[in-house]
Amino acid sequence: MAGLELLSDQGYRLDGRKATELRKVQARMGVFAQADGSAYLEQGNTKALAVVYGPHEIRGARSRALHDRAIINCQYSMATFSTAERKRRPHGDRKSTEMSLHLKQTFEAAVLTQLYPRSQIDIYVKILQSDGGNYSVCVNAATLAVIDAGIPMRDYVCACTVGFVDETSLADLCYAEESGGVSSLALALLPRGGQIALVQMDARLHQDHLDTLIEAAMTACKGVSKVLDQVVRQHLQEGSTLRE
Amino acid sequence: MALDMRLPTVRKTVSLSASAFDRKDLVVPGDIITSDTGFMRGHGTYVDEEKLTASVAGEVQRVDKLICVRPLKTRFNGEVGDVVVGRITEVQQKRWKVETNSRLDSVLLLSSVNLPGGELRRRSAEDELTMREYLQEGDLISAEVQSVFSDGALSLHTRSLKYGKLGQGVLVQISPSLIKRQKSHFHNLPCGASVILGNNGFVWLYPTLGQQEEEAGGFYTSLEPVSLSDREVISRLRNCLLALAAHKVLLYDTSVLYCYESSLQHSVKDILKPEVMEEIVMLTQQKLLEQEG
Repeated sequence: MAGLELLSDQGYRLDGRKATELRKVQARMGVFAQADGSAYLEQGNTKALAVVYGPHEIRGARSRALHDRAIINCQYSMATFSTAERKRRPHGDRKSTEMSLHLKQTFEAAVLTQLYPRSQIDIYVKILQSDGGNYSVCVNAATLAVIDAGIPMRDYVCACTVGFVDETSLADLCYAEESGGVSSLALALLPRGGQIALVQMDARLHQDHLDTLIEAAMTACKGVSKVLDQVVRQHLQEGSTLRE
Repeated sequence: MALDMRLPTVRKTVSLSASAFDRKDLVVPGDIITSDTGFMRGHGTYVDEEKLTASVAGEVQRVDKLICVRPLKTRFNGEVGDVVVGRITEVQQKRWKVETNSRLDSVLLLSSVNLPGGELRRRSAEDELTMREYLQEGDLISAEVQSVFSDGALSLHTRSLKYGKLGQGVLVQISPSLIKRQKSHFHNLPCGASVILGNNGFVWLYPTLGQQEEEAGGFYTSLEPVSLSDREVISRLRNCLLALAAHKVLLYDTSVLYCYESSLQHSVKDILKPEVMEEIVMLTQQKLLEQEG
């Protein structure tokens, strides 16, 4: 393979992690007072901000209303300064539209939308710094924001990207690995029940390896869910001590 | 010009003792509350494989056989009799749509408002055409919840002289869970201003009206200039409300009044500084404790 060696003979990756090791996850809930729910999440050098409004009356086209459940409206965007070269990204370009659609599908699987007929839930996510795994970081940040808004969910949704190199699966890819020709797969999981909310892969991979790759992704997602769980409990603790 | 600038400060970390993590009444989505089938499923829970599971992060509340989970922060869940403050968003046939921080816009029917001309006035087709003269988009009203529809939308009424269109004043939006439920939500505070503490978290501060103005009721709003001293009192009250909300103190007439009294030694704009906020809220809580016993 040309250029970078993604996995050294000793089993270390470009940034010094082991194959199954996740990047450091740091998060904070309730960063904005105005929104119904908000969260900020860093996963390594990828940073995302998620904001949730709703459930509220449908704004704009009234005809989109569903009589038996809420509609979820997702908007994904990247800051101009989020990548190595500055680039203006107008709303509605193809990449972010696709990402918005994926986020929407993920959260429709997790949020109990049937409790809120004829209303709308808005989820806005912005990438502030992009270093690989944008989809998964957005999902993780949005999960925290939805929980902060007090919107009922079946379970957390945790997401992780995994790649396959030299017969080994690498968890939580960074930008250098994603762009280095690894066949990567993004997976969103409801960890407790082990249900998959979304799988996305647009690279080539031998069929025999798919199961191991999905298995690795699920383990990684469960790792992320433990960290998120801690963040939520800490937030809950702070909120309930203040009240007394 | 004197500027007040400050650097970001480190958040105070609440120490998590071992017992804190074991608190059984705090749950997160997906936590199994009980696998006993003898309990009833309340708000914030769902049944998954015959196990009662939490769907929001919050405190578990148990009333007899009913289990609910109350999240720290939500939209307003209205109940019949609640006092709300809301904003008109739309004028439709025979009804107004009102934004009340609820999950669907509330409805104010033409038949549930008092039109000028007394209780027994007949509503004609002409009234339907002139609805916008009474209330138009953007107007603020105070109202009471009359009923709750099956989809959770609220139906409001203003069939009392104390409800109706709001004139000059200040709106403060805070979390609905911080408003204490009381017999009355309309208060004339002795400091010279009045307050409506809407159950939906919308609080309206306005100068105390004279006797005649109050009797006019309904849709008349005074546009007389408000005196500087009244405006200062209202601004101070607004900042006090924000301070109490930031420290998650329940809002009711006594707590607002005590907070106002403790803030008098600071100038109005200083109340919003975090350290002053903390001091004022601390004093308020002390006074509240003393009063209780």
